[in-house]
Amino acid sequence: MKQFLSFVKKEFLHILRDKRTLFILLGMPIVQIIIFGFALTNEVKNEGIAVLDLAKDQSSGELIRQMDASRYFELRAYLQNEQQIEKTFLKGQIKLAVVIPPGFDHQLRHTNKAQLQLIADASDPNLANTMVNYAGSIVQQFQSTIFPQQQAAYQIQTELRMLYNPQLKGAYNFVPGVMAMVLLLVCTMMTAITIVKEKESGTMEIMLVSPLVPFSITLAKAVPYLLLSIVNIISILLLSVYVLDVPIRGSVLLLIGMSILFTMVSLSLGLLISARSSSQQTAMFISLVGMFLPTVMFSGFMFPIENMPKPLQVISNIVPAKWYYIIVKSVMIKGVGFNAIWKEALILAGMCTFFLAMAIRNFKIRLA
Amino acid sequence: MNNSVIVQGVSKQYGSKKQPVVALSDISLDIATGELFGLIGPDGAGKTSLFRILTTLLLADKGSATVAGYDVVKEYKAVRKIVGYMPGKFSLYQDLTVEENLHFFATIFHASVADNYHLIKDIYEQIAPFKDRRAGKLSGGMKQKLALCCALIHEPKVLFLDEPTTGVDAVSRNEFWDMLQLLKKKGITIIVSTPYMDEASRCDRVALIQNGRILQVNTPEAIISGFTQPLYAVKAPGMLSLLKQLHNTPGVLAAYPFGEYHHAVMQPGVSLPFLGKDAEVKAVTPNIEDCFIQLMQHHA
Repeated sequence: MKQFLSFVKKEFLHILRDKRTLFILLGMPIVQIIIFGFALTNEVKNEGIAVLDLAKDQSSGELIRQMDASRYFELRAYLQNEQQIEKTFLKGQIKLAVVIPPGFDHQLRHTNKAQLQLIADASDPNLANTMVNYAGSIVQQFQSTIFPQQQAAYQIQTELRMLYNPQLKGAYNFVPGVMAMVLLLVCTMMTAITIVKEKESGTMEIMLVSPLVPFSITLAKAVPYLLLSIVNIISILLLSVYVLDVPIRGSVLLLIGMSILFTMVSLSLGLLISARSSSQQTAMFISLVGMFLPTVMFSGFMFPIENMPKPLQVISNIVPAKWYYIIVKSVMIKGVGFNAIWKEALILAGMCTFFLAMAIRNFKIRLA
Repeated sequence: MNNSVIVQGVSKQYGSKKQPVVALSDISLDIATGELFGLIGPDGAGKTSLFRILTTLLLADKGSATVAGYDVVKEYKAVRKIVGYMPGKFSLYQDLTVEENLHFFATIFHASVADNYHLIKDIYEQIAPFKDRRAGKLSGGMKQKLALCCALIHEPKVLFLDEPTTGVDAVSRNEFWDMLQLLKKKGITIIVSTPYMDEASRCDRVALIQNGRILQVNTPEAIISGFTQPLYAVKAPGMLSLLKQLHNTPGVLAAYPFGEYHHAVMQPGVSLPFLGKDAEVKAVTPNIEDCFIQLMQHHA
C-alpha cells in the first residue's frame, strides 16, 4: 500500500510540476465546451428571407412584419418580380422566399381562403424543413390574430407540446453530446501518454526491474488523473448551466457520479492505448483522431442512431460516449433518477472493467 | 550458492529473419558472489543486450541464465526483487528532486532510506547538498552518483551497472571506481560494463566482448601476463604516415595508435629505415589495453 501511495504521489508531482500541461488539461475542456457549445448548433436563428409581395395590402404587410419580428427570420430583401427570387438565392443572402399573390387580403377576408408560396433553399434539407415549419407556425399565429373569433364548422385543432425542451433549444441536445466528447477526449489523452512517456524516457526500464506489478502501475497512473477529471467535470457542468443555459433537472450528485464513471471508462481506454503504443505521438494520435470520429458519429448527438443502417447501429453500442450521452440527456434534461439509467450505467461499468483489464494484460513486462 | 550469476549459451538476435543482427552469440559466463566483474567491449558489442537479459528485461533466443540462483525467465519476479540496475541512459525522473527520486525507488522496493542509508552514505553525502534540486538539473557526475544511490537503496544482492562511467570526466570516473570497491566490501556482487579498456584493471575479473562473442575471461593480471611478444612505442613527426609505414614493414606484427605514441608489436632488431633523427623508439611493458587491442584484432 505504501508502495502504491508513493507511486501515486510521484504521478501527482509529475502533473503539478509540468505547469504548461496542467494548464492545458484544465483549460482545454473549458475552451472546447465554449467553442463546441456555441458552434455545434442546428438552431434556426435570424435566417435571411426575401419577400415578393404582389398584394401590397394590409394583410400582407402585417404578415411580413410578423415574420421579420420573429427571432427565426430576418427580412433581407423586397423583391419586385419572380426572376429576382432565384438570383437572390444564388447570391446566398437568403434561405427562404415568401411569395404573396395579388389580392391576398381580399381573398382572405371574402373567400376565407388565401394562398401563400414558401420557397426554401433545400440544399440543407433539415434547415429547409425547420424554416418551413417555423414560417407555417407564424402564418398560423397571424391567422388567429386577424380572426380571433372565427371558428370553422369542422376543425381539428392540434395542440403541440414539446416536452423537456419546449423552446426546442439546440443546446439541450448538443451540450450533453459535447460533454461526452470533451470528457472522453481529454481523459483518454491524459492517460494515453502517461505510460508511453516512461517508455520513451527510459524510466520504464528501471521500473520494470523492481517488485512493481502491472496492476499497481496501471492503477497508480489513473488515480491522479481521476481527481483532475473531477475538476474538469465540475467546470464543464458549471459552464453548461451558466453559459450555455442548459438546466440540470435531475440530481446533480447522480450526474456527477455518472460523469465520474464515464471518466473512468475514458481513463482506462487511455491506459490501454498507452500500454499498446510505443511512442507518445502514436498514443496522442490514436486518442485524438481515433476517438474523435467514432464519438461524433456514433454517440447520437450529431446523427440520430435510429436512422442509421443496422450494422452501424450495432457498432454504435461499443462507443462509450453513446451511453453517457443517453445518461446525461436523461438526468440533465428529463430529470430522471437512477432507476431509469441503471442499464446504461451498468454498461459503462462493464466497459471500464474491460478496458482496465485489457490495459493491465497488455502491459509489457519486458522491453521489446 | 557460490556463483551469483551463471550464463549458459545465451544468444540473441534482433531484426527480421532475413536480415538478422546478431547481438549475442553463445555467451557463457560464471560470476562469483561478491565479485567485481567487468564486461569490456566497444559500442555495439552486445553489453547492453546481455545486461537486459540478466535483468529480465529481454528474452534470450537461446540459452539460459540465473541470477542469485533464480532463473531470469521463469523466476523473473524473484530476480527483480534482488537486483539493482542502472541503465546506460540516465533514467531517473528528471522532474523529481534528488531526495524524491531516492525515496521513490526505496518505497517501490518496500525499503526505506533510513534503514539502508549505510549502503549509500559515502556516495549520497556528496550529492546531499543538492537534495532539493531536480535530477534533470544535476551535472553528469552527480547524476551517476544519484542513479547509483537509487540502484543501491534496496540493498540488492547483485548490482548491474551498464556503462556507468560513459560521459563522465576522468576524476569522477576514478571516484566512481573507488566507490565500487567500497561496495564490493559490503558483499554485493557488482557487474559493470564499460567501453574504456583502462578501467579493466579496477575489476577482479573481466570479460572482453566483441561482436556478441566473449573473447576472453580472466583476471586483469593474467590477461597482461598472456602478452608475451615484445612491444615498442614509436614516435615520429607525421604520425599518420608513420602508422602506414609500420603496417607495411615486414616483421611488424601489429601497429596501432596509443596516446601520443604508436605501439608496435615486432621482433627485436627489425629495421625501421624510414625513421628520421627526431624519431623515438623504446621498449614498453604491455598494459591491459594492448592485450585487448591484440585480442580484438586477432578476432576481427
